Amino acid sequence: MKTNVGIEKSGRRPFGALFKSTTREWSLINRIIKNKASYVLIAPYFILFFVFTVLPVAMSMTLSFTSFNVLEPPKFIGWGNYIRLFLNDDIFRIAIKNTLIFAVITGPISYLMCLLFAWIINEFKGKIRAFITLIFYAPSISGNAYVVWNLILRGDKYGILNGILLRLDLIDNAIIWMKTEKYVLMFLIIVQLWLSLGTGFLTFIAGLQTIDKTLYESAAIDGIKNRWQELWHITLPSMKPQLLFGAVMQITQSFAVADISVNLAGNPSVNYAGTTIVTHLMDYGSIRYEMGYASAIATVLFILMVGSNKAVQRLLRKVGT
Amino acid sequence: MEKVCRDKKCHKKPVKSRRALNRSMAGNVTLFVFMGICGVFMAIPLIFVASNAFKPLDELFRYPPRLFPRNPSLDNFADLRVLMSNSWVPFSRYILNTIIITGGGTLGHVMVASMAAYPLAKHDFPGKNILFGVVVLSLMFTWQVTQVPNYLIISKLGINNTYLAVILPAFSYGLGLYLMKQFMEQIPDSLIESARLDGASEYRIYRSVIMPNVKPAWLTLAVLQFQTMWGNTGSQFLRDEQLKPLQYALLQIVNSGPARQGAAAVVTLIIAVIPITFFVICQSSIIETMTTSGMKE
Repeated sequence: MKTNVGIEKSGRRPFGALFKSTTREWSLINRIIKNKASYVLIAPYFILFFVFTVLPVAMSMTLSFTSFNVLEPPKFIGWGNYIRLFLNDDIFRIAIKNTLIFAVITGPISYLMCLLFAWIINEFKGKIRAFITLIFYAPSISGNAYVVWNLILRGDKYGILNGILLRLDLIDNAIIWMKTEKYVLMFLIIVQLWLSLGTGFLTFIAGLQTIDKTLYESAAIDGIKNRWQELWHITLPSMKPQLLFGAVMQITQSFAVADISVNLAGNPSVNYAGTTIVTHLMDYGSIRYEMGYASAIATVLFILMVGSNKAVQRLLRKVGT
Repeated sequence: MEKVCRDKKCHKKPVKSRRALNRSMAGNVTLFVFMGICGVFMAIPLIFVASNAFKPLDELFRYPPRLFPRNPSLDNFADLRVLMSNSWVPFSRYILNTIIITGGGTLGHVMVASMAAYPLAKHDFPGKNILFGVVVLSLMFTWQVTQVPNYLIISKLGINNTYLAVILPAFSYGLGLYLMKQFMEQIPDSLIESARLDGASEYRIYRSVIMPNVKPAWLTLAVLQFQTMWGNTGSQFLRDEQLKPLQYALLQIVNSGPARQGAAAVVTLIIAVIPITFFVICQSSIIETMTTSGMKE
């Protein structure tokens, strides 16, 4: 909760103290030597991280300036991919529009849902608590079980939604939901919301458990009256690290939506109604083998996510104030 | 203690019973009803997944569809068993592969990521902000386009077509480091300081002060990573049939024809049930720690 205290402030005598007139370089080297233990602890992770994550990402970003079909060596074409992306690719424009609609709706709603449900679940105890957590978390953990929505949204009278609506005489003929332009995005959003109690949700639940319970007692003495005040003044500020983490996860999930669109609406979807930035990328990357172009799409998406993350983090800093 | 808190008496002496602080009865009832309704919405599609596995073929295509099977049968399970026994390599081999890949990837990631998260959360050393920043940024890059570079790197390292090609990259996923670091930040510095005064090494502190205090965090991470590893078919890096995991084999069975709808329903159920089971095990031990621990200065 407080600022980080480095090892250098602990009992050991700083190396640098031996040289009264240390230059900046010397003090840096001394600090590195002093923190040897820190580097040893992070080494295994970061060696693997650089090899398997940083290097591939750097390579992809470089590839975005080339024309690369996987078979022949990449050809450098400068900003060519980006120019084509923004000026000559109409579908990309649809993809950006869909992704933004999708992210702006599912992002905040999912995030608040994760927080709300985690907080409510924290009010329960023991077996009931475990059971409720399971019910809410199960959809996002059960692999591709969401394809069951294909049964619900089937286009013929065997579809469950059609079956119900036909029986209630709300519609005369079965509607081909996922092949009708105006419904596609809406159902994708519903399915996404159904799936949204995932990483963030679980993290919030764990975060709520680590809050020091005595804080609530002293707050009650200080005049906190109901659970809402308690939430805003104690609970949320105490779990700020988890809130920040949840926000990043939410952004990556909302912007990178693809699998549900491919599995429920197909790729390409009818009139590109379900096309998102990542399905567009998959279209070029794994179907047309234009890896350079796909990398350019990924880089644009990356910049979009980084930008929205900056904005969200700024918002979250206001929590509890 | 629980029962006492549920009734109204606790409001009169709030300091003694922690849980009932600032809680009204009406609020509790509203929450219960609300959670019930939402819970039904969440559960129905999954009930379909489960009940489909027990429906005979004619009921799978019934109109209007039913939530529960009228004549539940195990035919679909029997079908799947026949299909499984026809596979190229014995099915137990796929199970072994899954245990190695999922187990190794989960255990390794939790250990390696939390070890790196401790200094990032609690030490002050040159380069830590940059390193952490890069990890968070890496979460925002679409993995689909890094597949080709990844393949090149794994081939160069000579670990293509081995378990390591799937397990090693999993050690360094960004999610775990970020999650663990966020939780470790909340550990009071005084706790670490006093361990240091007792002469504990940094590794010792990590093992016996930090990790026990963030048990809910690493159990949560284990659940998330297990799910990721279980869903990994490894199809890109594992060419030999003997190395492929269960997930791959199961999906292979159901993708091969529409006549296998029944078996497919069972496969969907199995794929969902295994991570759910793992989650239930972890969740119960998270709740256990909740009652015994709590970070105290």
